[in-house]
Amino acid sequence: MRALHVIELGNSAAERGTGVTRWALYVTMMLAAAAAPARAETIAIVGGTVYVRADRKLENATVIVRDGKIAEVGAGVAVPAGATRIGAAGKVVTAGLIEAATQLGLIEVDLEASGNDGRFGNAEVHAAFRTADAYDGRSVAIPVARTGGVTSAITGPSGGLVAGQSAWVSLADGAAVPAPIRAIAAMNGELGRGAIPSGSRGRAVERMRELFDDVDLYRRNRASFDRNQSRRLAAGRLDLEALVPVLEGRVPFVIAANAEVDIRAALAVAAERRLAIAIVGGGEAWRLAKELAAAKVPVIVDPTDNIPRDLGALDVRDDNAALLAKAGVPVAISTIGRPSDVRTLRQMAGIAVANGLPWEKGLAAITSAPAQIFGAVGQRGTLDRGAAGDVVVWSGDPLELTTRAEVVIIGGAVQSLDTHQTRLRERYRNLPK
Amino acid sequence: MRHALCLLTVLAACGHPPKKPPPEPKAPQLDLPEAWVDPTADVPAGTPRPVQDKRAAAVSAAAQPIAIKNATIWTATGKAIAGGTIVLRGGAIAAIGDAATHVPGDARVIDGTGKFVTPGLIDAHSHIGVYAAPSSAANDDGNESTAPVTAGARAQYGYWPQDPQISRAIAGGVTTAMILPGSANLVGGRGFTVAMRPGRTSDDVAFPGAPSVVKMACGENPKRVYGGRGGPATRMGEYAAFRTAFIEARGYLGKKVAYTRAREQWVKKRARAAELDAAVPAGKPKTKAEPAPEAPTVDEKLETLAGVLRGDVLVQVHCYKASDIREMIAIAEEFGFKIRSFHHALEAYKVRDLLVARDIAINTWSDWWGFKLEAFDGIPENAALFTQQGGRATIHSDSAIGIQRLNQDAAKAMASGRAAGIQITEDQALRWITANPAWVLGIDDVTGTLETGKRADVTLWSASPFSVYGRAEVVIAGGEVTYEREKGATPSDFELGNSAAERGTGVTR
Repeated sequence: MRALHVIELGNSAAERGTGVTRWALYVTMMLAAAAAPARAETIAIVGGTVYVRADRKLENATVIVRDGKIAEVGAGVAVPAGATRIGAAGKVVTAGLIEAATQLGLIEVDLEASGNDGRFGNAEVHAAFRTADAYDGRSVAIPVARTGGVTSAITGPSGGLVAGQSAWVSLADGAAVPAPIRAIAAMNGELGRGAIPSGSRGRAVERMRELFDDVDLYRRNRASFDRNQSRRLAAGRLDLEALVPVLEGRVPFVIAANAEVDIRAALAVAAERRLAIAIVGGGEAWRLAKELAAAKVPVIVDPTDNIPRDLGALDVRDDNAALLAKAGVPVAISTIGRPSDVRTLRQMAGIAVANGLPWEKGLAAITSAPAQIFGAVGQRGTLDRGAAGDVVVWSGDPLELTTRAEVVIIGGAVQSLDTHQTRLRERYRNLPK
Repeated sequence: MRHALCLLTVLAACGHPPKKPPPEPKAPQLDLPEAWVDPTADVPAGTPRPVQDKRAAAVSAAAQPIAIKNATIWTATGKAIAGGTIVLRGGAIAAIGDAATHVPGDARVIDGTGKFVTPGLIDAHSHIGVYAAPSSAANDDGNESTAPVTAGARAQYGYWPQDPQISRAIAGGVTTAMILPGSANLVGGRGFTVAMRPGRTSDDVAFPGAPSVVKMACGENPKRVYGGRGGPATRMGEYAAFRTAFIEARGYLGKKVAYTRAREQWVKKRARAAELDAAVPAGKPKTKAEPAPEAPTVDEKLETLAGVLRGDVLVQVHCYKASDIREMIAIAEEFGFKIRSFHHALEAYKVRDLLVARDIAINTWSDWWGFKLEAFDGIPENAALFTQQGGRATIHSDSAIGIQRLNQDAAKAMASGRAAGIQITEDQALRWITANPAWVLGIDDVTGTLETGKRADVTLWSASPFSVYGRAEVVIAGGEVTYEREKGATPSDFELGNSAAERGTGVTR
């Protein structure tokens, strides 16, 4: 047997064995009650204030989760025999939260090279990069995110004109890493100074147009490309191939852009090529609220972004989400930052509400809105019958700071809320005398 | 086998050899003279600005008196007043009490019904003004990363009082902040305690009479910055370099002591000679004048470090890990100085007994962790466990975003503690962002709580500051209104006529 070092506490391998079999057996016994992943079963959440959707509240209602899906929801729904009963009187029940723009499972420790993937600086195009191939479903940050009621996340690469393909991942615990909800959720890209090495936003737009011209050319002339009867194209074969579904509007193109001028360019390129785009960041998006609403382009915002850091995008303000929503722009809220901060997603929504976003839109921005952006209306981010069995029972208003996620259910299974951090807390709750 | 046994008692915090906190440090014998003679009498080293009295009004004492009536008042002294009244006059708290509290006729009366009053918030760790917005090399004045010890640098020298981040912090209810040099260096330089308001120069915002503070850093940052350019490249090198610096400072202090003594002797001799000479008849030879002893050259870097050794400068150390915290304490005890507080201190909960026994405070976050390896073991109960141990914790920001919501961070840390069965009262959580940081900055005698006679540093909240929906409505620093939600934040010079600025400075009314 060997000692369990602190860094291993609750940090995947550790709990599963620190590489030593006897320890694995021991931990399994010791933590069976607390940490063993529950099987999908029938669960009845009884008597809570249930937000079927953010704008549809049922009092004293029951949610039945069966076979990994929402089977029934309503007041007076009978609890099936044999169901696991979770009392929710005085509690609030919502769909599991969805983080719309993170690097969870790609960046483990921000400053450590060995814990980093999918961060490409300003290298231009790597559309063929698939998060699903690089994603670490054992990330120590995933259980921590769960404690914030976040049950799934769209995680993907960053940096460069086209960073690559994001994946929609379930944050469920279990013996095996769950299969992605969507192996390809979206293509991530960027416009602005950071998109290309020269730092020219104008040149970045030109390169974006050239790229889609060439994707189109490639799509229509694959045979001649393969016979080497093509002019030199703006990207390699794999990258061009990966961009075909984007060009055809089948995969959303999530463009990181903050400056009004870059968002305007994104709208223009999207209109020219009929792309299905969303803006992430969108610091100055409120200035184009009307145009974004008319083009039905959603914006994924960080509601704390109010510092005029960038001389090209000084017009950032903390009521961005409120102004966008008021104009009819679909708004999702994200932590857009360190994967270790994903658990603060609901606080981000609360901050947007404190700055003028209606409460219902705040909750929608972290549940149904991301589901809509990534093409899963009614399947996730709601408690409608047939939706995924991702449910959170909260001690109160989910956006409130002192509220706790008391029960987290993913894919119909009650999740462990044990983390590296809870294990450390218990180890040091009493100090050696 | 000890480790094997430990496996059975993981929950009992085993795996650590039982360690008694070391005895209180014994100060090395410095034999300091009682009266300090500065070698450069005309330019007092260590005080490039005249030090004001703490109670000197930082703002116009003639500001109109303000009374907030019928509010829930959280004093951060353990007392809460429902339906309370607070009266501010002449830059100070004139009265605080229930509905019967006398309100002067000339006061501006603010209705606090349904609202909350707290002390103005204090951030013990900020870089606004030195890492100003827009972020650029031009505005990057936070790290003098040219040598591992730049103790002569001062955040005040680099503070830009028109940084657009300042008005946003004020709109978050903040009235005071300690502006620190960054953590690239082992000793980054002196911090600057700011009474938060816009100003033309740093003189306008210096917190009157605040003690001098110095910023030190250990762990990953200095070795990352200097590893490739001469070191230190390891933690070994870092602590060796700290020791080298303090050995040098002790030598410098010794020279100053020797000079002071020599000068005292010289002054005495001269006086005696004058007496003798007075008795010498005119025309007779007088005593030959002895030359004054030669003063050592003042060294700003060593002045700061000598100030640490003398106990004149409050020591603020950036450290994350329990092991680093312990090594820094060892350095302090070897050289006989006190550490006022550790900053970030994500692993303070592991050594909270060592810290509390020495009355060393910590400044931390509610839930930042994992962004670097030395932050891997951060837990959201850090502040709560430290408080339970009897220690002084603060919730700090180290962020121009975070400083806008210190109250929310405190609420989260409180909630995390309570969820783990650690009873933290609202007053204790409020002290994390008021009274405790005031102590860390050495100004707790004049601000940080709502008590008669203290500075009128007050924030009025639309709802509980521990609710995500609670917003600062009126912020008063030294009796002066620095923010009113109704009017919006004051745009900085930079923002005037420069888009967002004039239309709202990014802060929603």
